[in-house]
Amino acid sequence: MFTEIATDPGAPTVTIVFEGREIATRAGATVAAALLAAGELHFRDTPVGAERRGPYCLMGVCFDCLVEIDGEPNRQACMATVRDGMRVERQRGAAGIGP
Amino acid sequence: MTARPDIAVVGAGPAGMAAAVAAAEAGAHVMVFDEQPGPGGQIYRAIETPGPAGDAVLGADYAAGRGLSRAFRDSGAEYLPGATVWQVSPDREVGVSVDGRARIIKAGAVIVAGGALERPFPIPGWTLPGVMTAGAAQIALKASGLAAADAVFAGTGPLLYLIVDQYLKAGVPVRAVLETTPWSAYLGALPRLPGALLRAGKLRQGLGYIRAIRDAGVPVIRGVSGLAVAGDGRAERVAYTHGGHRHEIAAEHVFVHQGVVPNVNLTRSIGCRHDWDPAQACWRVATDAWGATDVAGIFAAGDGAHVGGAEAARLGGQLAALGALCTIGRIDAAVRNNRGAPIQHALAWELRPRPFLDALYRPAAADRVPAGDDVVVCRCEEVTAGEVRATAALGCLGPNQLKSFCRAGMGPCQGRLCALTVTELLAEATGRPPDAVGDFRRRPPVKPLRLAELAALEPDDTDGGDAGP
Ligand SMILES: Cc1cc2nc3c(=O)[nH]c(=O)nc-3n(C[C@H](O)[C@@H](O)[C@H](O)COP(=O)(O)OP(=O)(O)OC[C@H]3O[C@@H](n4cnc5c(N)ncnc54)[C@H](O)[C@@H]3O)c2cc1C
Ligand code: FES
Repeated sequence: MFTEIATDPGAPTVTIVFEGREIATRAGATVAAALLAAGELHFRDTPVGAERRGPYCLMGVCFDCLVEIDGEPNRQACMATVRDGMRVERQRGAAGIGP
Repeated sequence: MTARPDIAVVGAGPAGMAAAVAAAEAGAHVMVFDEQPGPGGQIYRAIETPGPAGDAVLGADYAAGRGLSRAFRDSGAEYLPGATVWQVSPDREVGVSVDGRARIIKAGAVIVAGGALERPFPIPGWTLPGVMTAGAAQIALKASGLAAADAVFAGTGPLLYLIVDQYLKAGVPVRAVLETTPWSAYLGALPRLPGALLRAGKLRQGLGYIRAIRDAGVPVIRGVSGLAVAGDGRAERVAYTHGGHRHEIAAEHVFVHQGVVPNVNLTRSIGCRHDWDPAQACWRVATDAWGATDVAGIFAAGDGAHVGGAEAARLGGQLAALGALCTIGRIDAAVRNNRGAPIQHALAWELRPRPFLDALYRPAAADRVPAGDDVVVCRCEEVTAGEVRATAALGCLGPNQLKSFCRAGMGPCQGRLCALTVTELLAEATGRPPDAVGDFRRRPPVKPLRLAELAALEPDDTDGGDAGP
């Protein structure tokens, strides 16, 4: 599991909700970092084989970290920044890039 | 946002920052777009916002980026962080989204400095959660101070050792390093060693990492083949062949890496010519000595054009700036050549060890083109090597035809994670060279564009040359 190599208790935190679970995380973190630090590796299910997927590249190129953020699908968790109260769900439908 | 820029730069890594500094110094109005929250690119990621992993963990090469990022901040170039470029048109219109708002900005010249990505590593189980690239492990460390204890690192290339070394310096235990450099690569690299020895310091640095990893008691197993990750819905164990036997290690996190290759999606979508680079087994955009592509006013620099490392990227960025300044008429060719000569000299020197490194760290053919038919090649559309082979047997000759047969390359990553594999697979299956097989066509948008952004799009809102919104 991913953990912080050094903890800074004074650093500001925000809370997001992932699949109904509250996760406290560093302000400014990416959604992917927040989920990884909370032990989550399973971000989406593939439409064809119903396989579990999670982040692979963390730099915006693989699209395996796709989640639904505040109701909007196809968001790259590794490129989105957390916001207090943000609701994140696993993506279960087809993946896409454009509108 | 301000008037139409003379030069737009995509990417604020070493290449983009150096290009911006050089162009701004010459008095040009420069705009720099990067989707990251701060400058630095891959090597200097989060250079302005040091997290728990400081210079002691990330090393001197990382810390060295601070000088460049400061020069960049002071350069007068207009820098937009969090700016995703989803399109550049052949007539130099840059489509970019910032803060959920899309706009199109027309520039006199565009320098694409979007960098590299890690080469696909298509092995059984590489799609399981818990398998990530070593670069991803490093991004988590640099940007968020996160690391996973007892991971297995597998693959080849200098970056792999660097990242393991950074993990160890951060006090994070590593279970094993599985080295896939084929023995034949050492032999192939040997004739190129003399050229590289002129830059012995660089080579020693690499050897130093390997020694440090061994000294830390981490098993480094060399000459590994047949990597496979398995587990129920997530990585649980990694298997490999070594010394003629199969072995297995338990691991929840497997970090794979076999070098970096140019991210060609943007230059491809502009329509620039690309050639197959047999030494690095990848596509690269064709440029002249100034980074000019065959599309007028479009330049490419850094590891996104040709993988040569951060210092070569910095020098390449400076050359592209001179090329672009000359194209827009800010300087004449004599000035360009004069200023460029010492930079070109330094670049040639910097690239001296490259043929040796390219030969040594050229991934084994079996790690680029999976032998097993059930290995997933296209992660997005879940297409296997067997399906691609079967399609080739039906007479499909090229990647674009393949799309209509089996959807490979049609997912959101737009071929970034499968194009090289598909080209080499089809080359193997049809007995033709990669150049003849070709590559997927890439179309804009090359980055996700949200509906709300598109709806708010104002075409070329810098038209007329005065202040924008
Ligand atoms: C994951 C990874 C980690 C690496 N780590 C190291 C390391 O620790 N040490 C080392 O020596 N080398 C490292 N490299 C190699 C790397 O290629 C460096 O040589 C160097 O960073 C290259 O500089 P560059 O300016 O060409 O590109 P980069 O540094 O990659 O910079 C490119 C920049 O362009 C931005 N960008 C790309 N496309 C778009 C777009 N469409 N819109 C907006 N912005 C965009 C990216 O966000 C990025 O910041 C790494 C490579 C990768 C892929
Ligand atoms: S992890 Fe690859 S795009 Fe987010």
